[in-house]
Amino acid sequence: MEFLSYLITGISLGSIYAIIALGYTMVYGIAKMLNFAHGDVIMVGAYVSFYVTMFAGNSLLGDAPSALATGAVALVSVLLAMAVCTVLGVVIEGLAYRPLRQAGSLAVLITAIGVSYFLQNAAQLLFGANPVNFTPVVSGQLTLFGGQLRISYVALLTIVACVVIMLGLTTFTGKSKMGKAMRACSEDRGAAQLMGINVNATISMTFAIGSALAAIAGVLLCSYSPVLQPTTGSMPGIKAFTAAVFGGIGSIPGAFLGGLLLGVIEAMAQAYISTQLSNSILFAVLIVVLLVKPSGLLGKYVPEKV
Amino acid sequence: MKKKLLALALALTMALSLAACGGDSGSNADSTGEAGTEENSGASGTAFKVGVIGPMTGGAAIYGTCVANSAQIAVDEINALGGDIQFDLMVEDDVNDAETSLNAYNALMDDGMQILVGTVTTTPALNVVPQAYEDRVFTITPSASGDDVISIDNNDNVFQICFTDSNQGSRSAQYINEHFPDAKIAIIYKNDDQYSIGIRDNFKSEADARGMSIVYEGTFTEASQTDFNVQLAAAQSAGADLLFLPIYYTPASVILTQANAMGYAPTFFGVDGMDGILTAKNFDPSLAEGVYLLTPFSADAQDKMTQNFVSKYQEAYGEIPNQFGADAYDAIYTLYQAIQAAGVTADMSNEEICDALIEVMPTLAVTGLTSAGSEMTWDASGAVSKDPTAVIIENGTYVTP
Amino acid sequence: MKSYFKNMKTITKVDYATYLGVILAFIVVSICQSQGLVNRSVSGMLVPICAYVCMSISLNLTVGILGELSLGHAGFMSVGAFSGIIAAMSLQSAIPNDLVRMVLALVVGAFFAAIVGFIVGIPVLRLRGDYLAIVTLAFGEIIKDLINCLLVGWDENGLHIALNVDGTKSMSSLGLSENGIEIIKGAQGATGNARIATFTMGFVLIMITLIVVLNLIRSRTGRAVMAIRDNRIAAESVGINVTKYKLIAFVTSAALAGAAGALFGLNYSNVTAVQFDFNTSILVLVYVVLGGLGNIWGSIIATVVLYVLPEALRQFSDYRMLVYAIVLILVMLATNNPQVRTLLGRIIPRRKGAAIDE
Repeated sequence: MEFLSYLITGISLGSIYAIIALGYTMVYGIAKMLNFAHGDVIMVGAYVSFYVTMFAGNSLLGDAPSALATGAVALVSVLLAMAVCTVLGVVIEGLAYRPLRQAGSLAVLITAIGVSYFLQNAAQLLFGANPVNFTPVVSGQLTLFGGQLRISYVALLTIVACVVIMLGLTTFTGKSKMGKAMRACSEDRGAAQLMGINVNATISMTFAIGSALAAIAGVLLCSYSPVLQPTTGSMPGIKAFTAAVFGGIGSIPGAFLGGLLLGVIEAMAQAYISTQLSNSILFAVLIVVLLVKPSGLLGKYVPEKV
Repeated sequence: MKKKLLALALALTMALSLAACGGDSGSNADSTGEAGTEENSGASGTAFKVGVIGPMTGGAAIYGTCVANSAQIAVDEINALGGDIQFDLMVEDDVNDAETSLNAYNALMDDGMQILVGTVTTTPALNVVPQAYEDRVFTITPSASGDDVISIDNNDNVFQICFTDSNQGSRSAQYINEHFPDAKIAIIYKNDDQYSIGIRDNFKSEADARGMSIVYEGTFTEASQTDFNVQLAAAQSAGADLLFLPIYYTPASVILTQANAMGYAPTFFGVDGMDGILTAKNFDPSLAEGVYLLTPFSADAQDKMTQNFVSKYQEAYGEIPNQFGADAYDAIYTLYQAIQAAGVTADMSNEEICDALIEVMPTLAVTGLTSAGSEMTWDASGAVSKDPTAVIIENGTYVTP
Repeated sequence: MKSYFKNMKTITKVDYATYLGVILAFIVVSICQSQGLVNRSVSGMLVPICAYVCMSISLNLTVGILGELSLGHAGFMSVGAFSGIIAAMSLQSAIPNDLVRMVLALVVGAFFAAIVGFIVGIPVLRLRGDYLAIVTLAFGEIIKDLINCLLVGWDENGLHIALNVDGTKSMSSLGLSENGIEIIKGAQGATGNARIATFTMGFVLIMITLIVVLNLIRSRTGRAVMAIRDNRIAAESVGINVTKYKLIAFVTSAALAGAAGALFGLNYSNVTAVQFDFNTSILVLVYVVLGGLGNIWGSIIATVVLYVLPEALRQFSDYRMLVYAIVLILVMLATNNPQVRTLLGRIIPRRKGAAIDE
């Protein structure tokens, strides 16, 4: 039973990593850049949701709001967070990354780090360095086996959201016109342009989707572990980046699988080996996997041409 | 070749102008530092230049800003008395980083700092203190509680307002042993934080000496302080009925929330870092019901001094101060009393002030926000002696059990 | 003499100019210091600046010359710092002379970092691109975690080392004798270090780093390394042993970072493993990229400017890091703007030694 509860903890944590990693991997696949600011977009999304919920709780809802009203507020807060993050993502892309389209990948990487610093410090000035306690979007838990196993609804919601998002994204990139344009751009940007695809618009669209996902991830992350501060996004960001590489960067099912595995490995290592070294164990597994499969679990092996 | 030389010359000018720039920054910081207190310090002409070093930005900024704000309140109060002793407070940011703290210290020394109130956290203190000892700058730290802070390099110039970690650890073990003799104890501590490790180590040795039963120990780090599901599940299955948390309130609030979500309800026992949990923004105080903590300060206390301080702080900064702020407030008043006792004046050098203040510190007895109604005294090592009070949280306030 | 200079290759001239610039800067700063013209803020930053200059030169060897993105360079710095501190502290009674101990610490730091570099390099260099980057990041974090568990003490019986993996050990489990010294206390890091690093030592280390790196780059080995960077397959086809040359560059880079770490560590009385985390690696990477990939003197100048910048921005107090971030973004945008590039190209002639871009 203990094992099961650790496993569920791992899967729900992994689902959050996976949602973040999906954003990472999409942006990487199309813009060929590591968007280190992605983790901080998560933080912004969580703050937006936090303030919407607080505002609603203070002025719109009464003392004893009905479950329906709280649910509606939670939904609205998530939608608003997604909207704000979408705009933010597109603005960041347009202002900071687009001028560097022709520059080397490292120049973009450093700019992304600059954007990450900027978001963190701007958040500190706007929201204060003081951590706030996030109100989970859902509360309560499911009790199974006569109280031996408890699963919080947040964990269930996270897992469901992750699966839905993954399936949705796969369908979107596989079937829709925009999705096809995205795949074309990631395959060969120049050729896509020649075929009449608006590359800039496609990249903006990718950032928009990635950032909206980041907002969802932010809300879920903070529902799962309720402390929100300006640096909240950075560590999950790095973990998600690891997850994306683990699964094969650029691959949507890969990011999903990588995120889940990462979460489970982390939880198991903490439970059975050492909390001290759980990150190290996670990274050691990553190294071993990459040595065996140098392009990640589901990554495509691209032979080099001479 | 000409162009190369030109480039080189450009590079050199750049490097030189940077050096100059560094110099400028010092004087600029000086002017901003003074701007805050100008109205008060202008009156008497000369004022003691007191430096504060702490994290004003970054993850630990809440502690540094609270210390700076509270010290400013104390300084304003003292300056408003219009006596001979006037303070000029200069604040520098160290981002809770050991390397930056030394840069901050040097910037303050350039601005003529005579007395250091700092640093706020232990890790930077271990870098700044040896330098302050070498320069003979009298140092009184509000909240750097590590045992090493007052003992590193066998310094004689450093005094603490807060308890040392060893003191807190053994006191907690003592209290738990007396009040919960049969407790099965689990400890969750942060093992990349000197404060947490220090308390845990001393708690454990005291507990072992008393034959107390510690059934589980879980750790976390800066990188993993947002999720405790695994540690809590392990503590629960180990059968722990008392959870000792020698950590700050931010991770503690996560522990309380997640334990509640799991349906795990042991007795929670915190230390002074737990103070602030009730005022954490948007934290549901009902989760903290029944939590024990050992703390020298409570923002809810009804005495006049605390009420005065808390209301001033709320008025000026819109927040409720935490224990770090109270320590800083006490630090300034301790300094005030020490200066009175030693009879030093603001025109003396930092060496003279330092030697004179070291002389008088062990003779002082200060009543402050964090002395729980009694008095704080110091021994020559710099450790404070005051009574920690154990409180229990009931109906959202601290109650003495 | 004049003709000698004229016949020199441009690259050689730049190298000499770099040496000359560093020496001149050292002389100028030393004179200023002896005249009391340098305030404490600046003089306090001299040693860390020297350490970071060495760090960025050595990282430039990996990123600019070898062409592999490393996100874990601070790990080597950490290994160097802690092994250097252990050496300097445990030899305190045997060798009272600070200078000798400092030199020894640098050598020990470089040596251990080189060993770790070798161990890390063998698996890492098999990978490419972002996969390599993430694995260096992973190694950096693993090194950090391991040092966080490390307990080291010294007494007359020699060194006592323990790895506190499960969090149950403490300094007392080392069983030190009464006159023993506690050197590394796990996550609390090394406290009470002797601060024996000096600016002169830092200058000497920069010069050594420069000599090593510049000679390596201009040698047969260096040309092989750059050939691998520019086209691995072509390099392989002309018989260059790719793994060997990659390892040479990588291990050299790690060793130099280790020496820089030892210098850095012995400048502070307290050093913790957390200081050498991912963010530090990124910081040094920023120096290298802003200075120009493969451009050694660019790295030096970028390091000095960017190290001093946050300190010089102290007057902005709360806005300090925000301004730093904006400056960073603007500089990246400006230096990569085609118009600015053409303008710069007119002032400073283009140099060969491209980048790993595309």
